[in-house]
Amino acid sequence: MKCIRIRGLTFKYSGCEWYALKNVSLDVEEGEFILVSGPSGGGKTTLARTIVGLIPHFYHGVYNGEVYVYDMLVSKTPIFEISRYVGYLFQNPENQIFMTTVERDIAFGLEFRGFNRDEMRERVRRVLKILNIEHLAGRRIDELSGGEKQKVALAGVLALNPKIIILDEPTAYLAPKSALELMRFLKKLNEEYNTTIILIDHRLDLASQVASRLIIVSEGEIVLDKPIREGFSEIVYKRYGVNVPTLVRIYEKVRRYGVFKHPPLSVDEFTSILKMYLKR
Amino acid sequence: MISVEGLYFSYTGRMDDLVLDNVSLEIREGEALAILGDNGAGKTTLIKHFNGLLKPTKGVVYVDGVDTRRASVSELSAKVGVVFQYPEKMFFNKTVYDEIAFGLRNFGYNEKTIERIVDNVLSIFWLSKYKYESPFSLSGGEQRRLAIASVIAWNPKYIILDEPTAGQDAIQRELITNLINIFIERGKTVVIVTHDVEYVAENFKRVILMDRGRIIYDGEVSDLFRRRSLLERCNLLQPTIYKLESRLIEDGILKDGFRDFRDALRKIEDLIKSVKIDEED
Repeated sequence: MKCIRIRGLTFKYSGCEWYALKNVSLDVEEGEFILVSGPSGGGKTTLARTIVGLIPHFYHGVYNGEVYVYDMLVSKTPIFEISRYVGYLFQNPENQIFMTTVERDIAFGLEFRGFNRDEMRERVRRVLKILNIEHLAGRRIDELSGGEKQKVALAGVLALNPKIIILDEPTAYLAPKSALELMRFLKKLNEEYNTTIILIDHRLDLASQVASRLIIVSEGEIVLDKPIREGFSEIVYKRYGVNVPTLVRIYEKVRRYGVFKHPPLSVDEFTSILKMYLKR
Repeated sequence: MISVEGLYFSYTGRMDDLVLDNVSLEIREGEALAILGDNGAGKTTLIKHFNGLLKPTKGVVYVDGVDTRRASVSELSAKVGVVFQYPEKMFFNKTVYDEIAFGLRNFGYNEKTIERIVDNVLSIFWLSKYKYESPFSLSGGEQRRLAIASVIAWNPKYIILDEPTAGQDAIQRELITNLINIFIERGKTVVIVTHDVEYVAENFKRVILMDRGRIIYDGEVSDLFRRRSLLERCNLLQPTIYKLESRLIEDGILKDGFRDFRDALRKIEDLIKSVKIDEED
């Protein structure tokens, strides 16, 4: 089942001279885990905003084409309705946190939607547990580190049980191990609850271990849309302005010997292929 | 030289609530230094002492022999330029031009000189086409470049960058890396705070690791990245080439470690070639 359908989408922010998106078409199946990357200013965040409805409802401009989320035409559906299905984690958690304590912040979206007190308590308890941050429950937001705030913001999104989650560079300011844990958590959510994940990230090395499809957006267009491994093979030739993972750079150097058929996605994969080759 | 001697700091002023706990270090002129550590380890709090934004609760910080407690932030900023995280929070001018010109105006440059410097900086940072746009209309990566450009403009001797590569694409990352190398070649002192272990592994020699307000390592990058447990304690991961190195050594495939990225490429290629030669025999 298709959960997102985009047809011929073009968008230009008002007051801006160039188009942020140019004739973009895209289908997303329910349960996919997609990594979206590409150069800064290429249109990744704009694309995300068109799915959650911030464009055209909040950011105005020249808008052509159609975006459907579960058959709702986004341009004709209030953000309130769309957000029942799509959770959006902003680039900077500071933009997402409203309340003074962790529990109250997580409950904010539920309160806004009129959930009763018991249901709210239950949902907050559940997401705190899922994210392994039960110890933060009563803490004040201003006492938290950047990584902790990121998790609280994510908890607020998860509490609403969205079927699609879009995360805009969630790992940019996280310590690498926390970033890896977040990736694994998203994978679990994807596998166990069939949640569709759209992850915008520049760190391909970590994200490639969990995502199954790679989309690269550059100068307002989708310039690559492939299964992750094939996508990586293409990055070797075309670069696309993305951060090429170290393993892919090593692969590039030794490709001509034919040891690796595709770029390895993890150190484990790299060493096991190399070991097999050396044993021959 | 920036010299930190027995620095303790707490936001409340209480000694039972320390964010920095007996930190000492020296940053020599022309040096490139990376500061690593988990979120909340005290990295940003430490660099805020370099331009006097924060003053020690106990201990002393000297910048070129000047005690930061006895100098104003603007006096120290002429020497120490700091670019913080979340650059969008630093902007308050209407245009990109004015954003860069702001610091220069404060330091008393005339408008003609300012225009020359701003144009120059804009072209180095690939921002010329946005000269009269609002800083808030730029993308995240462009805002980062603008924030660095605004500090570089007044030519400080010490350049301190908090997470300069976070959220940057390959082009920006390479641009920033090249600029940092140019700064170092020109005798600038560069300190970066980062989580980007791959970037540090390829570009830095000296590294400091912080954990809960203390410096727990100060030394060679290649040595630190081989200490997996120390890294994990600080929520860091080994950079790929060091992870690969330890796996290959454990498996008895590799005898000596990698010196750097280039050395890793050469050694892996040699391993593969050795099989080819055997096959030919």
